[in-house]
Amino acid sequence: MSETIWLIPLIPLLSSVTLMLFGSRLKVSQIGILGVASVGIAALLTLLLAVEFMQNQQVIQLSLWIWMEVAGFAPGISFYFDGLTLVMMSVITGVGFLIHLFSTEFMERDPSYARYFAYLNMFVAAMLVLVMADNLLLLYLGWEGVGVCSYLLVGFWYQHNANGHAARKAFIVTRIGDTAMALGLLLLFTQLGTLDIQAMVGEANQTWQVGDTIPLIACLLLVCGAVGKSAQLPLHTWLPDAMAGPTPVSALIHAATMVTAGVYLIARTHGLFLLAPTAMTVVAVIGITTSLMAAFTALMQTDIKRILAYSTISQIGYMFLALGVGAWSAGIFHLMTHAFFKALLFLGSGAIIHCLHHEHNIFKMGGLRTRMPVTFWSFMIGSAALAALPMTSGFFSKDQILLQAYQLPDIGPGLWMAGLLGALLTAIYSFRLVFVVFFGKANTEPDKNTGWRMAVPLSVLCFLAMVGGWFMIPVSEVFPASDGSHPAHWVEYVSISVPIVGVLLAYFIFYSGRLKIDGLVNSTLGKSLGQFWFSGWGIDWLYDHLFVKPYYGLANMLKGEPVDAIYGLIVALNQTFNHWLSVAQSGRMRWYLASMVAGLILVITLAANLSVGVL
Amino acid sequence: MDGLNIPLNHILLVSSLLFAIGMLGLMIRRNIIFILMSLEVMLNAAALAFVAAGAHWGQPDGQVVFMLILTVAAAEVAVGLGLVLQVQKRFKTLDMDHANRMQG
Repeated sequence: MSETIWLIPLIPLLSSVTLMLFGSRLKVSQIGILGVASVGIAALLTLLLAVEFMQNQQVIQLSLWIWMEVAGFAPGISFYFDGLTLVMMSVITGVGFLIHLFSTEFMERDPSYARYFAYLNMFVAAMLVLVMADNLLLLYLGWEGVGVCSYLLVGFWYQHNANGHAARKAFIVTRIGDTAMALGLLLLFTQLGTLDIQAMVGEANQTWQVGDTIPLIACLLLVCGAVGKSAQLPLHTWLPDAMAGPTPVSALIHAATMVTAGVYLIARTHGLFLLAPTAMTVVAVIGITTSLMAAFTALMQTDIKRILAYSTISQIGYMFLALGVGAWSAGIFHLMTHAFFKALLFLGSGAIIHCLHHEHNIFKMGGLRTRMPVTFWSFMIGSAALAALPMTSGFFSKDQILLQAYQLPDIGPGLWMAGLLGALLTAIYSFRLVFVVFFGKANTEPDKNTGWRMAVPLSVLCFLAMVGGWFMIPVSEVFPASDGSHPAHWVEYVSISVPIVGVLLAYFIFYSGRLKIDGLVNSTLGKSLGQFWFSGWGIDWLYDHLFVKPYYGLANMLKGEPVDAIYGLIVALNQTFNHWLSVAQSGRMRWYLASMVAGLILVITLAANLSVGVL
Repeated sequence: MDGLNIPLNHILLVSSLLFAIGMLGLMIRRNIIFILMSLEVMLNAAALAFVAAGAHWGQPDGQVVFMLILTVAAAEVAVGLGLVLQVQKRFKTLDMDHANRMQG
């Protein structure tokens, strides 16, 4: 098995290429089978690999060939497989398979069925390359590959202008981070002479001391890349807009896998980050700030997918917090549980949107509890896990993060409290969604029901979102062990109770109506604050005025070719003179004569004056 | 020298007066026949100046040039009247302001 791990990314890639080349000639059923089966086989192979790994705990390093060889720089097409890779691969292929299956029903009526699965399979292949890469250059290849697939899939319904705009925004904003990351790779290579992750980290530990400047710069550049990909402040603005794509795409790319690539990158290069404690603090602060900002924003949204998008940003913020405080395995654990429950929520919202004539506004839904029971239960479980209610998967992972954050000296308790506030908000907004959409009176009747291809993935993900917290992820060999100390019991109790308080608040506000917040919401301050949060803290507005508009202005100016204007001026002058002179060519003889006489008189006068002067 | 002794200045004055009248006619008139006539007046004004100058200095050149001018005037009238006919044929008018198609 260990010699054939290259098959896992290859199979979805082959399927993608086949669909691209022959998609138009295949029948819809064939396309569906090919698209789903390729990821299914990859998932099966990953499962076999996992079973083997559980038995012998053997790290696999497989070098297929040398990619290029230039002056001692020889990155290989080589894979590295350990516990962390296994977790990521399981999430990608497992959740990916379920989402592919869901897509077959969701996209059934779409005329570009083959194109859809071609992109989706290519995404899975690229994502697998990203997590299996042995060196940072191959990782970067996968990194850009998923970026391209994200762009293609966000703009999948390119017939609408807004979707194309969202796709470009997603691509360009992440590109900003990627550029910084590329600089980071160059810096690491020039300093350490290799990009192979294991060798590089080893070399770094010998070359640098903890707290040196160069690893700090390198780490910060890598963080920039991670921030762009994982939609953290200040590069998070693309993710809510990326919801323009089909909902299963949002589930796979913009919730479960691609957006967590940044978390993976930092976890994978944690050896470097340990050399730069400042960079880790930066990561933690970015994480917690983003988390709170996105949670407040999610509280005000009315579009079901935008709520989930902001909640994704918020949850990835928790993962960043975990990485920043050195709780590596907790971060990866939250990545995995988040993939389960967020994919579940997104697929659930996809089912609602599918059955409700593409309705996105939660206030136009309502009363869906009895009409769509499967979806209702998936949302209940998903939201419970998202809110980290006890015994759900999200509880275990988020609890670990918060407790480890608390133990950090100095800023620890502060981070913990901010995290708790985030958890409270998470509980409120996720159950606001549940109460508004599934309870109350029905505003829109579903026109169809979910078929088995939608129900099965939802049920499996429900199961995973419930029990995912009991999984032991095999990363103890990958990350340095935490000291194992536990904070005081009251800290734990507070952490557990906060989400429950949030759910109760949501219940009283949005369901029973016993808690009236109308006065608060309708006050001047409440209104402007709500509007501010609704717009995502005005960051889009800010960027629009700070970068987009000036850039457009500049582009518009250059579109007029200012340098050409100089030559244009010469032309214009010539034309003006020509115009004046051609007016004189009136064809009227009398005018010619008159002007000749006038000229003659002028010449004679001048000549007479001059001769007087000479004489 | 017998006979009428008119000072050169006076003759030149008459000559330039004639020239000015011709030129004014050329500028003001629109009918091509009158334009040609004004042209004749101008030519004759010049011829008068030559004759007067020749008489003043007792040289034959003035009269020679006068003969030349007569010839030129005759030729000019021949060509000019031909043009007049063409203009009348093409534009159905002798008004030169209407014959300004060259305007560009």
